[in-house]
Amino acid sequence: MAANPEFMNEATVSFNLDGESVTAYPGETILQTAQRLGKEIPHLCYKEGLRPDGNCRACVVEIEGERTLAPSCCRMPTEGMTIQTQSERAVKSQKMVLELLKSDMPQQGKSPYKRDSELDIWADKLDVGTPRFPSRKQPESDLSHPAIAVNLDACIQCTRCVRACREEQMNDVIGYANRGAHSEIVFDMGDPMGASSCVACGECVQACPTGALMPAGGVGLEVPEKTVDSTCPYCGVGCLIRYHVKDNKILYTEGRDGDTNHFRMCVKGRYGFNYIHNPLRLTKPLIRREGVAKTTELLDPNDLDKVFREASWEEALEFAANGLKNIRDNKGKKALAGLGSAKGSNEEAYLFQKLVRTGFGSNNVDHCTRLCHASSVVALLECLGSGAVSNPVEDVKKAEVIIIIGSNPTVNHPVAATFMKNAAANGTKIILIDPNRTAIAKYATHVLQFRPDTDVALLNGIMHVILDENLQNDDYIAKHTEDFEALRIHLKQYSPEKVAPICGIDPDTIREVARLYATSKASMILWGMGVSQHIHGTDNARCLISLALMTGQIGRPGTGLHPLRGQNNVQGASDVGLIPMVYPDYEPVDNPDYQKKYEQLWKTTLDPERGLTTVEMLHAILNGEVFGMYIEGENPAMSDPNQNHAREALAKLEHLVVQDIFLTETAGFADVILPASAFYEKTGTFSNTDRRVQMGRQAVTPPGDAKQDLWIIQEIAKRLGCDWNYSGPKDVFNEMRQAMSSIAGMTWERLEQEDSLTYPLEKEGDPGQPIIFTDGFPTASGRGKFVPAPYIHADEMPDDEFPWIFITGRQLEHWHTGSMTRHSPTLDAIEPDPVVTVHPDDLEKMGVKAGELITIESRRGKISAYARADLGIQPGCLFMAFCYNEASANLITNEALDPAAKIPEFKFCAVKTQPGGQLPPRIN
Amino acid sequence: MLIVGKAYNLEEIRVAVIKISPEQIKTKKRRGPKGHAVDLSALEDVRNLLGDESRQRDLLIEHLHKIQDHYHHISAKHLVALAHEMNLSPAEVYEVASFYHHFDVVPEGQAAPPELTVRVCESLSCSMAGAEDLIQSLEDGLDGKVRVQRVPCVGRCQHAPVAVVGQNPVDQATCNSVIETVQKKAVTAPVSDYISIEQYKADQGYQTLKKLMEGQISEESIIKKMEDSGLRGLGGAGFPAGRKWRIVKGFKGPRLMAVNIDEGEPGTFKDRHYLERDPHRFLEGMLIAALTVGCDEIYIYLRDEYAGCRQILQRELAALAANPPTDKYRLPPIHLRRGAGAYICGEESAMVESIEGKRGMPRLRPPFLAEVGLFGRPTLEHNMESVYWVRDIVEKGPDWFSSHGRNGRKGLRSFSVSGRVKKPGVHLAPAGITVKELIDEYCGGMLDGHSFYGYFPGGASGGILPASMGDIPLDFDTLNPHGCFIGSAAVIIFSDQDKARNLALNAMKFFEEESCGQCTPCRVGTAKAAELMQQKNWNQSLLEELSSVMVDASICGLGQAAPNPLRCVIKYFPEELK
Repeated sequence: MAANPEFMNEATVSFNLDGESVTAYPGETILQTAQRLGKEIPHLCYKEGLRPDGNCRACVVEIEGERTLAPSCCRMPTEGMTIQTQSERAVKSQKMVLELLKSDMPQQGKSPYKRDSELDIWADKLDVGTPRFPSRKQPESDLSHPAIAVNLDACIQCTRCVRACREEQMNDVIGYANRGAHSEIVFDMGDPMGASSCVACGECVQACPTGALMPAGGVGLEVPEKTVDSTCPYCGVGCLIRYHVKDNKILYTEGRDGDTNHFRMCVKGRYGFNYIHNPLRLTKPLIRREGVAKTTELLDPNDLDKVFREASWEEALEFAANGLKNIRDNKGKKALAGLGSAKGSNEEAYLFQKLVRTGFGSNNVDHCTRLCHASSVVALLECLGSGAVSNPVEDVKKAEVIIIIGSNPTVNHPVAATFMKNAAANGTKIILIDPNRTAIAKYATHVLQFRPDTDVALLNGIMHVILDENLQNDDYIAKHTEDFEALRIHLKQYSPEKVAPICGIDPDTIREVARLYATSKASMILWGMGVSQHIHGTDNARCLISLALMTGQIGRPGTGLHPLRGQNNVQGASDVGLIPMVYPDYEPVDNPDYQKKYEQLWKTTLDPERGLTTVEMLHAILNGEVFGMYIEGENPAMSDPNQNHAREALAKLEHLVVQDIFLTETAGFADVILPASAFYEKTGTFSNTDRRVQMGRQAVTPPGDAKQDLWIIQEIAKRLGCDWNYSGPKDVFNEMRQAMSSIAGMTWERLEQEDSLTYPLEKEGDPGQPIIFTDGFPTASGRGKFVPAPYIHADEMPDDEFPWIFITGRQLEHWHTGSMTRHSPTLDAIEPDPVVTVHPDDLEKMGVKAGELITIESRRGKISAYARADLGIQPGCLFMAFCYNEASANLITNEALDPAAKIPEFKFCAVKTQPGGQLPPRIN
Repeated sequence: MLIVGKAYNLEEIRVAVIKISPEQIKTKKRRGPKGHAVDLSALEDVRNLLGDESRQRDLLIEHLHKIQDHYHHISAKHLVALAHEMNLSPAEVYEVASFYHHFDVVPEGQAAPPELTVRVCESLSCSMAGAEDLIQSLEDGLDGKVRVQRVPCVGRCQHAPVAVVGQNPVDQATCNSVIETVQKKAVTAPVSDYISIEQYKADQGYQTLKKLMEGQISEESIIKKMEDSGLRGLGGAGFPAGRKWRIVKGFKGPRLMAVNIDEGEPGTFKDRHYLERDPHRFLEGMLIAALTVGCDEIYIYLRDEYAGCRQILQRELAALAANPPTDKYRLPPIHLRRGAGAYICGEESAMVESIEGKRGMPRLRPPFLAEVGLFGRPTLEHNMESVYWVRDIVEKGPDWFSSHGRNGRKGLRSFSVSGRVKKPGVHLAPAGITVKELIDEYCGGMLDGHSFYGYFPGGASGGILPASMGDIPLDFDTLNPHGCFIGSAAVIIFSDQDKARNLALNAMKFFEEESCGQCTPCRVGTAKAAELMQQKNWNQSLLEELSSVMVDASICGLGQAAPNPLRCVIKYFPEELK
């Protein structure tokens, strides 16, 4: 909190409350003042965090000199006002309101849906007895949604759900329809919730005072044994969440306050936890039966027993470690590789990379950042000397202009998207640059639906206008940057007129956007995989960096560069060195100074050469260079491009150790499978997209014989000759602090206390720095560097035979390869089938009706999926998530790599389509 | 098939959840994104209807009218298309469309209502004149191509009972006259003979406005005259007009003006009366007010039931724009906005919400509209009749207005008289006249065979008084001690053939239907009160307790005034409750 908040300068208000002279702080309502002073006034439609609406009238008070009573939740006291909250007249109305509402509750009694209905609590406190009025005709239940039960017979029409849905999350699904006594809460147009546009963020459930909206299945009535404050296992936003636990099961969740999410959550975080209770969880170590050959086919879980046998931990660990050791000792250190996980904690990631570097003896360690923001990080390191975001997401509210490019935040960072929408509602201009018109477009002032693959041309065009119209920030350029001249010359050839036909955006729009961005008081850029997953992903990011540098839109609140991180700990996993070219804190492995530093810290010798990246590892297997792998919590058999090739590589491995919570597609290729822990089953720290290191706490124990990952990694390491003895995550964290100056001042104890700390935090007691680059950059020269990016095409352009553009990404309910979310009965029920989104005009041309199967084929593979019509998709493009093993999008994708970052081109390849097709059965 | 009273059928509306099987949901998910997919042909329909008109949010109700007018209902697919076109969510559009009675939203898979609707007024005066029998006989007599709907007051109470065929009102309606009108397909509203702009100008009209625009009269002198005249707002609340002008002018611009012609209080039809005769006197007064106070734009909100008046205003606003009082200065933009069947929009802040294209839900005050009004700007809000008198007051002087009056009161009042009198209609009479004087001097006495039993002094919400209290001067403030008010001066006279408790129940049901649904005391209170009042024996103490809370704790005047008739019955007609 700031030392001198703005409101401290405003005047307080003195007034008389129930005969006492009291003082209201600036901005405080009568109700808030009374609450602060420990007075109780009944209230139902008022909820902290939501706009007060004053509709229920339970909180009415008597103000001297006023004809009627006033709602204390909405009224500001004025100087000298005399207010009675408990006069006979006020209490009469308060009680009558409660009685009227209670008369329309089921059986005129307590809410049957919620243990602590606020109406029941207040009715009890004010001694409201059996209602004297007849009941209304009650509406029927709506149980059409897998996650949320709607029982409007308990609805008191306080509209908290409406405000939560429309004003807080801004999903705009819930309405208050009809009029008078017919008024009712509706979804869309009175639709069943399950058939509505509801995204199941659950904010309405969290807001509902009476249980009219509750988690499905009646879990709200159960009494939890304990609550655990932790975070979320899904995206990089890293929402703070409270888990309610009973019988070693998570019952339900609740958003917590904090800058990360302010109580908000999305469908995955709120309802998607139940994958951990899926009976398909791995609970015993498994060893491949002798003589069972590996094929490129995915393993059908029904055949599990034919392929694997159960083993004791001791046997499995020995088997796993010996296999690795034999290869290391016989074929060389570089014959091994490790894939760690951005789903694991910082501590797990740190130990995993340390294991590879010290136990395997090479830098052949990587994780899914390679498939995600590798190009962004490469460009940021190259130009700014740091791969992290410059400003937190919450800075959108301080920005005048936000560019959202190549990111679908309502789907992939839903809670962050709510802050963007809130900003737009407050007047911030959103410029959406994306080949698809995604949901956030509704809040954008400018939507640039440009041709896929033409980012560099468009961004160069925007920068051309800035220079052409002399809108650049010369002072900033002179003071904080270098190599500007090269960029200036480079940009000359990118006039709007020249790039317009390339990217399909008219020159005037390009000019307008350039002016808006350059001249606003604070402009911020947020981007996602649409920028990074191209063979020119690094160039795309370089352009964004140049744009911010040339306008000086960086280093201040509401400005900067924010690559929205995908995984909950992709930031942390990268920070702690789970990548082949750097040690923790991005210290290059090929720099002898750093090599020496880590050799001293880890008491061993280290390989001075960079290791292999994810896709390179698979190539190396096929080239006979890598023979053994340890894959912890990753699923390359689904996530890597050109899967036939990837699966061929996995099948060729001599020894594959897979550590996971389910029999993933990758696990089927393993020689030994180690049953591991899910997020909720362990404690550790996780670094979110804002550089906040947050405490994830164990809520339940792993099922069966499954073990925590930190233990498993350590057991493997010991068997590879590492002399490790970490008693838990705290020990590991303390070692990380020694290695990493960025978190040197962060103590485990403070993390336990505050739950969320932002780095850089170099000295103990520092507040942390949400905004970096405030005065230059951590580069050798201290300056940000302009790197011109020429426009190039995707690796595989559409042609007569393969005329369509195929783009992959994610869906709201499904996480990456689906290993978590498709095992969550709730999320799976909301999005059960593989769909490919197509523009309705294209469907008509194909002669296909929406909802029918179509077949998509590239030079690499062929799949079939249901055609979902969507006006937001660009004609000529197909979009698909890569989570469906029965229609795996990565069978289609192209493994061509960005030369600098080695990230594959998931966002563009050429395909052909035909109506119809066969959908093979899904493999669980 | 004859659909009767659909918009008022609580049972049908409440249980809105459409049944859908899990399998249907699954199929739906394969077809499109969550929610309703935009139907491309419906989108084209909507685009054609909207043409190149702005898609700005505040035009939502206007655009909904275009669809309703064209298709005689609003199908789900058109609603979704309109939402898409206006960059709104379906929920935002649906909640607005479903709030207003004149929009027939038809969910997917449900049959549209018949193209033609006959609306039969069932409010107080029409009810006394036999609306119920008329509805019964129309239900029997009309074939299935017509929908008969019970509706609240349509503002033609002197012609009770009234039915409206399409937009064509049938006065003193009988089953035969309505059926004949239906058969003739006479569904548009006739336009009355009125003073044209030429005639108005020939009679020195627009000279005062011209002088004001050209700086020959000072704004201050006009405000002074308004203050001195003692004119109080004639919409019902009676706030002194001159003081209001000064207050609004005191707030920093840009300011707006909003004129309330949502004349919906049962028994009231004076605004229509003046509009149908002398529209330019109103327009000139409105413009004088706007220019004096410094309002940049004017919004006129006209109730949808007044289709004839709408044509007059459309025509005459165009005529005025083509023929302004002076060429030297531009008139402020005047927007004519159409209500959609909601009594609550006569409440000033609900009207402002409705002009903004939203549901007509009254705002909490403070802040008051004078400071934070339409589109968040300081707003001068006036009833139509209030500005209608401005020209006369400015030209004839404040004394002209204040010199009228009786029984110690000052000014003129336009009484809308209906019920059991010989000459119902708008009677311009001195303020302070008693109801007995009004009946005798202006209304030709009671109808034959009827003896004066009681009266509503101010529409459905102003309470009920017995004949024995017929000597109270009718004006602002004079009725308050008796639990009544004059409001819009809609005096409804009833006789020994009527029952006060039945009329009070009629009023309570009206409030129940017309409550916006926002606050508990009104939304639930009116419904519970109406139920209790239908019981043979009234639970008087509970009704009284409920009434006092509705008065104390409701957000707006609707809920606060709704118990007036009920309380008056308990107080003044106790014998009816025995």
